[in-house]
Amino acid sequence: MMANVTIDGINVSVPDGSTILYAAQEAGIIIPTLCFHPDQEVKANCRICVCEVEGQSLLSAACAAPVWDGMVVKTKTPKVIEARKTILELILAHHPQDCLTCIRNGVCELQDLAAEYMIRDNPFELKVEEYPLDRSTISLVRDQNKCINCRRCIGACSEIQTVHALGVEKRGHQSMVVPSMGGLLSDSPCILCGQCIHACPVGAIYENEQIDEFLAAVADPDKVVVTQIAPAVRLAIAELVGMNSGELDMEVFVGGLRQLGFDYVLHTNFTADLTILEEGHELLSRLTTGQGQLPMFTSCSPGWINFCETFYPDLLDNLSTCKSPQQMFGALVKTYWAEKMGIDPSKIYSVSIMPCTAKKFEAARPEMNASGYQDVDLVLTTREIGRLFAMSGLDLTRLQPSAFDSWMGEYTGAAVIFGATGGVMEAALRTVYEVVTKKTLEDVRFTGVRGMDGIKEAEVDLDGTVVKVAVGHGLGSARKLMDLVRAGESPYHFIEIMACPGGCIGGGGQPLTKSNKKRTERIGCIYIEDEGLPVRKSHENQEVKTLYDEFLHEPLGHKSHELLHTHYHQQHKKHL
Amino acid sequence: MCNADEGEPGTYKDRIIMENDPQSLLEGMAICAYAIGATKGFIYCRGEYPYVVDLLKKAIIQAKDKGLLGDFDIEVRMGAGAYVCGEETALIESIEGGRGEPRYKPPYPGVAGLWGKPTIVNNVETFVNLPVIIEKGADWFKSIGAAGYPGTKVFTLTGDVVNKTFIEVPTDTTIREIVFDFGGGIPQGKKFKAVQIGGSSGGFIPEDLLDSPADFDSMQKIGATLGSGAVFVMDQTRDIVDVIERIAQFFEHESCGKCAPCREGTMRVCEIIEKINQGKGIAKDMAVLEKLGRVMSVSCLCGLGQAAPVPVLTTMRHFKADYEAKVTG
Repeated sequence: MMANVTIDGINVSVPDGSTILYAAQEAGIIIPTLCFHPDQEVKANCRICVCEVEGQSLLSAACAAPVWDGMVVKTKTPKVIEARKTILELILAHHPQDCLTCIRNGVCELQDLAAEYMIRDNPFELKVEEYPLDRSTISLVRDQNKCINCRRCIGACSEIQTVHALGVEKRGHQSMVVPSMGGLLSDSPCILCGQCIHACPVGAIYENEQIDEFLAAVADPDKVVVTQIAPAVRLAIAELVGMNSGELDMEVFVGGLRQLGFDYVLHTNFTADLTILEEGHELLSRLTTGQGQLPMFTSCSPGWINFCETFYPDLLDNLSTCKSPQQMFGALVKTYWAEKMGIDPSKIYSVSIMPCTAKKFEAARPEMNASGYQDVDLVLTTREIGRLFAMSGLDLTRLQPSAFDSWMGEYTGAAVIFGATGGVMEAALRTVYEVVTKKTLEDVRFTGVRGMDGIKEAEVDLDGTVVKVAVGHGLGSARKLMDLVRAGESPYHFIEIMACPGGCIGGGGQPLTKSNKKRTERIGCIYIEDEGLPVRKSHENQEVKTLYDEFLHEPLGHKSHELLHTHYHQQHKKHL
Repeated sequence: MCNADEGEPGTYKDRIIMENDPQSLLEGMAICAYAIGATKGFIYCRGEYPYVVDLLKKAIIQAKDKGLLGDFDIEVRMGAGAYVCGEETALIESIEGGRGEPRYKPPYPGVAGLWGKPTIVNNVETFVNLPVIIEKGADWFKSIGAAGYPGTKVFTLTGDVVNKTFIEVPTDTTIREIVFDFGGGIPQGKKFKAVQIGGSSGGFIPEDLLDSPADFDSMQKIGATLGSGAVFVMDQTRDIVDVIERIAQFFEHESCGKCAPCREGTMRVCEIIEKINQGKGIAKDMAVLEKLGRVMSVSCLCGLGQAAPVPVLTTMRHFKADYEAKVTG
C-alpha cells in the first residue's frame, strides 16, 4: 500500500509506514537530523527534525513519525524554524565553543547545523562542564564535554556491535553517555572497533591521534621509517582528498607517502597473501589431523580478537593462531626484510597505515615482539594519513606515481579482497582449493561470501570433502555465530569474522562513514581492484614464494611459529 | 497494567483508593483482562508507597484464594522515584528493567507495549470505576457529571485551603465549588490568588476563571488541565514567581534527559526563573522564557517536557504583574 503525502506543496507517494523523513527525501526536501542514523533504530530524541503536520498542534519528529495517506506536512514554517533554532541554541549553549581546535572542525554535524540555521547570539548562557579526556585506551579518546546526548554511539555499540560498552547515567541536564558504570573506557567491555566514531555527529569520541610521533620519527636521521598499507586504505583515502572512493591510483598514493617522508613503502597485502598460506594450511591441518578445534575462526581483525577474548574466552582455541597481516608484517620487516636489505633492525621504525582503531591496540600488545623489538612501532589510521596529506600541502591529483619497494611489496587480488567482508574467506578458498585438489581454479570468485548480509554461508567441495564456511561482519553477527558454536550447533568448519560492518572498508579509522551505503560502494571498489590484477591467488605471489624459499621454508614451520603465530588470553574487564 | 506511580506532587488519590479498597482495583483489572483476553497484569506502584505494595500483595493473595481472578495473574512492581515513570511508556521501560525513559509513539502500548506485547495501561482511578459501571450500567454512569466527560473525579486539596482533604465529585462541578464549597475556602480570612489543578504541570487558574467546570474539555478551554486531580490553592500572600521557581526546579530534576528540548530546556527555564526571582532578570529574559516555553510545548518527546512550561506560560499570562515587579530594564 502506498500513501500520498504532500510535503511543502510537493506530492509524493511512499510505502505505508514510511517516515516523514523518508517521504521528504523522496520529495527532494532536506530535513535536518542529529540523532537519526540510517542503520540504527529510530531514537527521536534530538527533535531537530520536527515538522508541522496539518491538523496537529504538536510538532512531529520526521525521523519517527509514520505518514498516512493524505498527510500534509510543512517543514519550514515559522513555528518549525523557531523550534529547530531554539533546540540548536539549547544544545550549543551546553557544548564547548572550541571548534577551531576540535578534531571534527569542518566535519561536524552540529557545526553545519549551527551555520545553516544562522545561530548568532545565543540567548542561553554558555554552560560547559570540564570533564577530563578519557585517554585510558591507546585507540580511542572520549571527550565527555562535547557529547550532545544523541546516543548514536550507543546505537553503534549496543545494537550493531552488541558490545554494550556505553550507556546513559544520571538524568535531566546531568544525564550523559558514559562507558559502563560511569568508569573509564578501558574498564568497560569496549573492544576498540571505533564504530562509535563514525556514529558520533560531533567530536565526543575519536581516534587517538599519533601524528606527532610519526613526525618525530621522520625527523630522526637515525631512523629508517618503513610503512605498510592495509588493503582498505587506498580506496577510502580518495574520499578525503575530494575524489570518489577508489579513484586514487595506488602508485600515486605510494608517491604521496614518499613525500610524507617514508623511506620505504611496502604493503600489508604482502602479508595478507602470507596469512592465506599459513591460515590455509592451518585449516587443512585441523581438518585432516583432527588436532585443533573446529570450526576455525579467522584472526585478522583485532576488534574481533578483543571481542572473542572478552566475551567468548571459552572459544579461544577455535581462533586461528595466525597473527594478523599487520603483525606478520611487523615481525618480518625487522627480521627477514632487514636482513635482506642490510638494514640494522634496531633502526627500523615500522609504521602501519590502517583503516582500524583496534590495530593501535594490537600493535601495542606486549606479546607482539617476535622480532626482538616491538614489531609495529606506530599505527596511523586512514583519517590521520588524510590529515597528514592535507597538512603537507600535497595535491594528490598531480603527484608523480611511484612503485612499492621490494621484498614485501608484491601482492595478489586475494590480498586486496581482505578489505571487504568475506574477502579472507574467499582468498583462503582460492588457495585451499588448489592445494587440496591440485586443480586450477578457473573462476576465482566465491560470490556466496560477498556482500553486506550480516551472515553469509557457503559450501566448497574439495574433491569429495565438503567444507562448510560462514562469514560474519559486525559483532552482532559474530555473536550469533559464536552462540551457535558455543551451543555445539555450528555446522561450519571455517568462520570468518570482521569486527566492523562491511569489513575493514568500514573500519573505525576510515573516513567518516555515515551509512552502510558508503560501505557497499567501497566494497565495489575492492572487487574492481581484484579483477584488474594479473595474479589473484595468494600462493602465486612470487615474493611470498621467495620468502618461503629463503627464510620460512614451509607454512606452519618452525620459523613461522616463532614469527607469524600467536596465542590468545581472556581479557578481564572491570565493568563487564 | 495499572499505573499506580502517582508521582504528581499534591496527588494522593490512588493511595487513598488502594489503602481503602484494593479489591476494587483488582476487580477492575480483572474485568479489563477478561475483556481483552489478558492473563497477566502488573501494578506499577510508587516507590514511596512500600506499605501499599504489601497491602496490594495481600489483596491479590486473598482474591486468588477465593478463586476470583481465574487464570489472571497480577504482579506488583515498584517504581524507584522517577516522576517520568508515570508516563506509560517510561513505566513500561522501567518494568522491563530499562532506564525510566519514554518511548517514541507510535507504536502505542495498545499495539506494542510491555515486551512488545499489546498492553493496556490505565490509572488506578480508571480501573476502580469499572466494577461499578459493569454493575450499574453505562447509562447510569453517563448520567453523572459533564456530558462530554461523564462520571466522577477524585480531587486532592492542598495548599491554602481550609479542608486539606480528598473529594469525589461529578465532573461538572466547578473549580469554585471545589475550592470554596468542598475546600471551605481560604483560611484566616485571606483572599484567593490562584489555583493549580492537575499536578506540577497544571495551568494556574486566576479568580475570574473559577466558574469553569472541572471536566477535561472545559479545563482545556481555559488553558488548564484536569490531570491527576491535584488542587493546589494559593492565597493572596503567595509570590507566584517563587512558586514557579520551585516548580521549575522540580522539572529540571525530573526530566529524564532523553530529548534535547526537555533535557536542556527544563534547566534553562529554571535558570531564567531563578534569575528573575533573585531580581536579576531583564525584560529580554521574559521573552526568552516565553519562546522556550512555546517551543518545549510543541517539540518535546513526551508529556513531561510538553507540559513542563505550562505553569510558567499560564502565570506569565495571568499574573504578569508578579513577574514585572521583579524584572528590571
